[in-house]
Parts: sequence; C-alpha cells; structure tokens
Amino acid sequence: MQSLDAKSQRMIALCMLGCVLFNFPVLALFNVPATLLGVPLLYAYLFIAWALLIALMALVIEARD
Amino acid sequence: MLQGWVIVVVSFAYLGLLFAIAYYADKRADQGRSVIANPYVYALSLAVYATAWTFYGSVGRAAADGVGFLPIYIGPTLMIALWWIVVRKMLRITKENRITSLADFIASRYGKSALLGGVVTVIVVIGIVPYISLQLKAISSTFTILLQYPDIVMPAKVGAMPLLQDTALWVALILAVFTILFGTRHLYSAEHHEGMVAAIAFESLVKLLAFLAVGVFVTFGIYDGFGDIFLRAAADPGLAPLLTPLEGVAGGYASWVWLTVLSMLAILFLPRQFQVAVIENTDEKHLAKAIWLFPLYMLAINLFVLPLAFGGRLHFPDGSVDADTFVLTLPMAERQELLALLVFIGGLSAATGMVIVETIALSTMVCNDLVMPVLLRLRALRLAERADLTGLLLGIRRWAIVLTLLLGYLYFRVAGEAYALVSIGLISFAAVAQFAPAALGGIFWKGGTRRGALAGLLAGFAVWFYTLLVPAFARSGWLPVSLLEEGPFGIALLKPLALFGLAGLDQITHAMLWSMLANVGAYVAVSLADTPSAEEHRQASLFVDVFRRLPEAGGARFWRGTASAQDLHNVLARFVGAEAADAAFRAYATRKHVHWPEQPLVADAEFVHYVETVLAGAIGASSARIMVGSAVKEEALTLEEVRQILDEASQVVIYSHRLEQKSRELERATAELRAANERLKELDRLKDDFLSTVTHELRTPLTSIRAFSEILNQDPRVDLAQRRKFLGIITKETERLTRLINQVLDLAKIESGRADWHVTDVDLREVVSDTLTAMGQVFQEKNIRVEVRLPESVPPVRADLDRLIQVMLNLLSNAVKFCDPADGRIEVALVAEDGWLRVDVCDNGPGVRPGDERIIFDKFAQAGDALTGKPQGSGLGLYISRHIVEYHGGRIWVRNRPGGGACFSFTLPAAPGVRAAAKAEAVHGEKESADR
Repeated sequence: MQSLDAKSQRMIALCMLGCVLFNFPVLALFNVPATLLGVPLLYAYLFIAWALLIALMALVIEARD
Repeated sequence: MLQGWVIVVVSFAYLGLLFAIAYYADKRADQGRSVIANPYVYALSLAVYATAWTFYGSVGRAAADGVGFLPIYIGPTLMIALWWIVVRKMLRITKENRITSLADFIASRYGKSALLGGVVTVIVVIGIVPYISLQLKAISSTFTILLQYPDIVMPAKVGAMPLLQDTALWVALILAVFTILFGTRHLYSAEHHEGMVAAIAFESLVKLLAFLAVGVFVTFGIYDGFGDIFLRAAADPGLAPLLTPLEGVAGGYASWVWLTVLSMLAILFLPRQFQVAVIENTDEKHLAKAIWLFPLYMLAINLFVLPLAFGGRLHFPDGSVDADTFVLTLPMAERQELLALLVFIGGLSAATGMVIVETIALSTMVCNDLVMPVLLRLRALRLAERADLTGLLLGIRRWAIVLTLLLGYLYFRVAGEAYALVSIGLISFAAVAQFAPAALGGIFWKGGTRRGALAGLLAGFAVWFYTLLVPAFARSGWLPVSLLEEGPFGIALLKPLALFGLAGLDQITHAMLWSMLANVGAYVAVSLADTPSAEEHRQASLFVDVFRRLPEAGGARFWRGTASAQDLHNVLARFVGAEAADAAFRAYATRKHVHWPEQPLVADAEFVHYVETVLAGAIGASSARIMVGSAVKEEALTLEEVRQILDEASQVVIYSHRLEQKSRELERATAELRAANERLKELDRLKDDFLSTVTHELRTPLTSIRAFSEILNQDPRVDLAQRRKFLGIITKETERLTRLINQVLDLAKIESGRADWHVTDVDLREVVSDTLTAMGQVFQEKNIRVEVRLPESVPPVRADLDRLIQVMLNLLSNAVKFCDPADGRIEVALVAEDGWLRVDVCDNGPGVRPGDERIIFDKFAQAGDALTGKPQGSGLGLYISRHIVEYHGGRIWVRNRPGGGACFSFTLPAAPGVRAAAKAEAVHGEKESADR
C-alpha cells in the first residue's frame, strides 16, 4: 500500500469530520425545538455545517502543495 | 392563458437549443478546441445528479417528513471528499485501459470477464428502469398540470387512460429520438461525448436558476422570508411535528444514516454519474475544482426546498395537491404564468439531462458488454468476418435507448402510481449500490476474484429484487398483496418487507442492510476461497497498482504470440471504420518513429496491446479481447509466468524508487558542494583583501626606515642630533613593523585554530594591574590620567594569561591613541556579577562613529581619525581581541559614553567550579551570620 500524500490525508479527515457532524449524536444536539433567526435550529445547523464543510474542502483542495 | 401549443413549442425550442449547443461542442471538439475541457463545465456536468427527483421530489419528501430529503445530498458531499483518492484512481485506470462504462470497468478488473460485464449490465438496466420512469412521470404530470392553467387539477390515474393518449408514452418516445440524435450519431472514441456534456452542463445551469427563481418567489414574494414561513408552519398543528423531525418520522436516525450511505455509493456508481465523472473527464486536474463546486451546487439547489414544502402545505391545506408538484403549482396558484413556464423548463432540464446521460451510458453497456460478446461468440453469424461493423454497433445502441425508455414507461404504467418520486428513485439507488463492493474492492484489494465479484453481485441483486422490487409490484397489484402481509406460501420469516423477522425498519434501510450483508459477505468469502486465473492476476495488478506502474510497462508485457499488422488493421477497421483505424495506426507509428504505411509495423506484444485498447474504446474490454484473440495466435501464459512478470515489474518499480532516492541524494550533495564553493570563493576574496592591506601596512614603516637610512648612508654631514633623531624614528618604525608582523602571525594562528592556549586559573585583577604598570611609561609621556576601580577580590577565570594581557594592552593602547590629546583621561573598571566578570576601558576621545560599533571589531577595520581621515593602527588589534575573548566564551563590545568618549567592555565567565563554590560560600556565610 503506497502512503497517501498530505492532501489525500486531509480530505479523508474532512470526510470523517462530515460523518461526525451529520450523524447521531451531534445531530441530536440540534434536534430540539428552538429557532435561529426564525429558522428551526436543526435546519439552520444542517445548512451551516454543510456550507462549512464545503468551504474546508475548497481550502484543502485548492491549497498549493 | 397558457395554451397547450405554447408549452409544446417552448419545450421543443428548448430541446432544439440543447441540440445546437451539443452540435457546436462536437464541432469544436473535432477542431481540437474543446469547450468542455475546463473544470467549471466538468463540475456543472456532474450536477446531472440533480434530476426531476431533486427538482420536484425533494419538496414532496420534505412536505411529508421534513428534513429527510437531505441525506441524498449530504452523502455525496462526504463521498466527494474521498474523490481525490477514489475517483482519481478510477480516472487513471479508465484512461490507461480505455474503459467505456461501469460494466466495462468491473468486467475489466476481473479478468475482462464477459459474463461479469453482462451481469452488471442486466442489473443496471433493471435497477435504473424505475429511475427513468420517475423522470417520465415528472415530465408528463407537470405537463398535464400546466396544460390546465390557471386551474390546478391533479392528473388522472394513468391506468385509466388509453395508451395513445398517455403523455408519458409520447415523452418517452420523443426523449428516445432526442437521445439517439445526441449520443449515437457516430461512434465516439473511448465514448467521449463532448456535445452531450456541454448540453448537460447548460441544463444544470437552467434547472438551478429555475429552482432558485421559484424559491425566491415563494419565500419572499408569497411569504415574508424564511422566518415567516417557519413561524406560520409552527402555528399549524399539522406541520408543527415536522419542525423537529428526526424523532420517529421516517425511521429516525437509522434511516438517516442508511440514506447517507446509500447516496454516497450512488454518486459513484449511478451509470450516468460514472459516465460524466469518469468516462467523460478530459483532465484529472478538473477534479480539484469539482470537489467543492459540485457540493456547492447541491447546497444551492436545496436551499429553498423546505420553504417551498412548508409554503406549499400552508397554501394548499386540504391536501388536494400532490406535494411533488408544489414547485409548479405554487407559481400557478399565484398566476405567475412565465415563472410556471420557467419551472416547467427547469424540470424538463433536470429530467432530460438524466435520461440522456443515463440511456447513453446504458446503451453503451448493453452494446459493449451484453450484445456484442454474445454476437461475437455465435459462430453461425460469422460476424467476425464482416467488413464493417460500425453500423451494427450504432444500431444496437439506438435500439437499446428505445428499449430502455419503453421499459421505463412500462414501469411507470405498472408501478409508478403507488410511490412518490423519491421512493421510486431510492429503489434505483439501492440497485446501483450493489456495485460498490466489486468496484471499490476491485481497485483497492488485489484479492478480489471474478467468481467473488459475481457471487456478491448476484446475491446483493437477488436480495434487492426481493425486498424492493417485489413489494413495488405487489403494491401496484401485479403480485398478490398477501405476499407482503403473510410472506410467500405463508412463510412469515420470508416476508419481503421484514426478512427473517427483521421488522421496524423502513423499506430502504431494511433492503440495504440485507443486500449489503449478502453482497459483501459473498464477495469476500468466495474471493478468499478462490484461486484467481492468470488473467485475473494481471488485471488486478493493473488496477490496484495503477499509480505505481511505470507507464510503458502497461499490459503489453503480459502477452505472447504472433500476429500480422494487416490482420490487426482489418479487425480495427471493422469496428471503428477504416479511417479511424488508419489514424490509430499512424499515431502508433509516429510514436515509434516509423513511416507507416511505407514501412511495416511490427506486430509485437506492445502493438497488439495498443490495438486492443483502441478497440476497447469502441466495443468494451471483453469484446475487444475476443476480437483481438481472433486475429492473433496467442499463447496463453501460465499463472507462474504472470507471477514472474509481476514480480519483475515490482522489482523495476523498487529499482526506480531507489534511483529516485539516489538522484535526490546527489542533488543534495551538489547543493552542499555549491555552497562550499561559494564560501571558498568568499574566503579567497578575503585573503586577497588581507594580503593587499597587510602589504600596504608593511610598506608604510618600511618606506620611512629606508628613507632615513638612505639619508644617513649618503650624507655624512648630518649632525649628531639629527642622526640620533633619525635613528630614533628608524627604531620606532622597526618596532611598529615587528608589532604588525607579530599580530599577523597571531591572527594566522588563531584563525587556523593552531594557536597554543595555556589555560590556567587567572585572576583578572592581576591582569589589569600588570598591564597598567606596563603601560605606565606611556601614560606619563602622554600626560594621561588613569582611574582604576578594582574590587577587593574576584573569582578566577579559566584563561590564557598572556592572551588576556594582549587584550588589555590592545584596549589600553587604543584608549591612549584616541583619548583627548590635551587632557587625556582613561577609566578602567573590573566588575564581578552573576558568575561573570566584566572589564571596562573608557576614554574621553571622540568616541566611535555611530553605526561603526560592530565594524571596528572586523579585520582591518580602522576607525579613522575623524578630522584627518587618516587611519591609525593596523586594524588588527580589536579583531584579535575579539577572537581571544570569544575563544574564552565571553563577549566584547563598545558603546559611546554620554559625556563623550568610547567605552570598550568585555566579559568572561568565572571558572565553573568556582562559581558553584562562590554561591555555596555566600549561602554558608549567611547561615553562619544567622547562627551567631
């Protein structure tokens, strides 16, 4: 098995981060009847976390080696 | 009022526009100026993932169970993070082996097995049919609804409609013709459909804009922003439970997780995704941008799903309007004619994009991996001897497209009514997920075998069929419903929706659990028990080690046999046409520096492999293998030989790794040498400077000695006083000369490290007072007052006494030289503190020019007389002093005193043992005094 370069390792870490963010129990923390600026907390969380993950992916993948 | 003909004309105009785009892109590709070879088009073409399901179905799903539609888009985001590893590898494999489809990919990996390719194709066709029916359903029902504008009437049951009046049938047929025009006008090399990709990218833009437009209209036009919609939904007793939705609704967290996993696999193995992401990719580098642009696209197109869903349910509270149509019916209800038409076109984009790419991918598979291998094996057809088969290939593909769409229509008529859009699509997702173990295992695990892959695929597919497709048929009345409620033959353990008594899960979770268990289990178990053939060994190695293989090693090394170039040309010409065959031969000849056709091409292993890969680009790996096999006399390699070749190959790789390492070391050594060379040059230059300065310094006293001795020698009349004066000057100049030579010798010794150091315990007080005594005569002559401050006792330092005296002499004569000529004053102080000893020698001269504080300690740096600019002294004294002090671990520096004059200081560390003792003594002393 060849060892993975730094970029690949970072992308794997981001995938794992995503798996944690969009799964039980983190999801359960936001699955409560509360709102953020009128939007149910869970919905707001899902979209914000999702956007954050995409931003991180862009940062990692576009970084110069 | 929207007339029916307006909708039809606009739709056809839109399809015409797509066709024009495709035509233009194909033209540009022929000229070698591709429009799709950039990362943005690539990312947009990936968005073919968003179909009518996304466009209409997500809102329907969200209206039923809140946030349950999201895993379908979050899952792919997670998987795309891994694309950098997974898809990059697939891309490399595909390019090197000229893979034409997903079935080709899997068949190729497992020894170019025609059987495996066929099985994959059958699974894809059956699995994708529901998905295609979903698109037909979406187009036909939205068309029917839009036709009734401004009334909102749900379409009637299709079963009740005569066949020829069913819009869905016409949609299917029109799409079939359109796809045939798109994808099968001529044979594409390695299945690059540039025109199709350009059109798909355009459609992705259209559907995104249409969806955002309706989203903004509903959220901010009908309602008063996000907060308003959610506030009203919370007030509605029917909708309130959807606002904290993961409790119980839609299976809760388990369902959420399985949907995520399912869509993670779908984004890789849906035939159309594999087509656009892998087969149609023009450059591996485009992957980087797509990795974040495509998830961003999914985020954007989902932003307004929840507001639309809640807005729709609030707007149509009685439930008479199907939630799957909210995207269209909301603008209709608000009498937004143009917006409704835009939405319809957006939905059309989403659906046609999916249908075009999916059926083209399917037709390639059906042709290359299902029909051709069978036809080629049927000797009765004598197909292998026919002159030109390109027409046959295109014919098969066209029929495959028509049949797939008709199958989709059939499914729509049979089972389409029983399910919502999303549920239909998920059935297809679960089908393609069955390819994950064989395909992913195939590129990372060499141990997977053909029989293992076959067993896994069949087991997984069987479970999928039984747990998802059978219930769909049962619900639509084609199979008895008792099958679902009581199980086959009344066996409760075999109930399709609760297999082996596993109840309480939603249908997809249940099916995924069992099918993946069966699939992975069979794949791994059979592979481990199996012994792979030579061909499988070789393909496994080509796939798994694709990044480690030397480019030229390729597959050619694995072949041994005899062939003639003419035979190979004939085979190639039959499938790709004589022109393309000529072009391929010419390309190869150019690479080999042969003037073909004047000079013959040698049909060696490499050439046969080349022809086979070109052929594979047209008819798939397994068919290409059969055809090339018919043209060449091949000697089968034994397993042992293949192993040997593989070993050799890895030896070569190891060797080249070592070579790389060696060359890196060499580079490093070269860099070091270069640096050393630079340093030597610098030293050389310094030496030259040194020599010229020293000779200059030597010449000055020599000139005056010579001048005065000549006077004495030539002129006997010089009187005694004069003679004495001259002799005095000569003596003084000789002394200066001696001093200079001594210093130069000293310097050479110190610099080369050959100086003898006699290190003893030295009392600095003695050094200071001895030097002052030695200089006493000079002070008196120049009338200089000297003030000395010495402590009563200081700790000794480990040092060379003579050298320290030299330092003191240097500093003092420096001070004498520079102090005020009229009222000279020198202060000398010795201070002991913190294990360090400091000596200060201060004068009241002009001081050091600011900025020169460091330079004066350099070699030949002479602080010139501020007035005359004439240097005094050799410029070596301070340099030597610095060396001596630093050798003893101390520091020397100079600073100007506020009142004028310079203050030279140097520090030396007290001898280490003494430092500790002195401390202990101090403590002891305190204790003693306390005792008293």
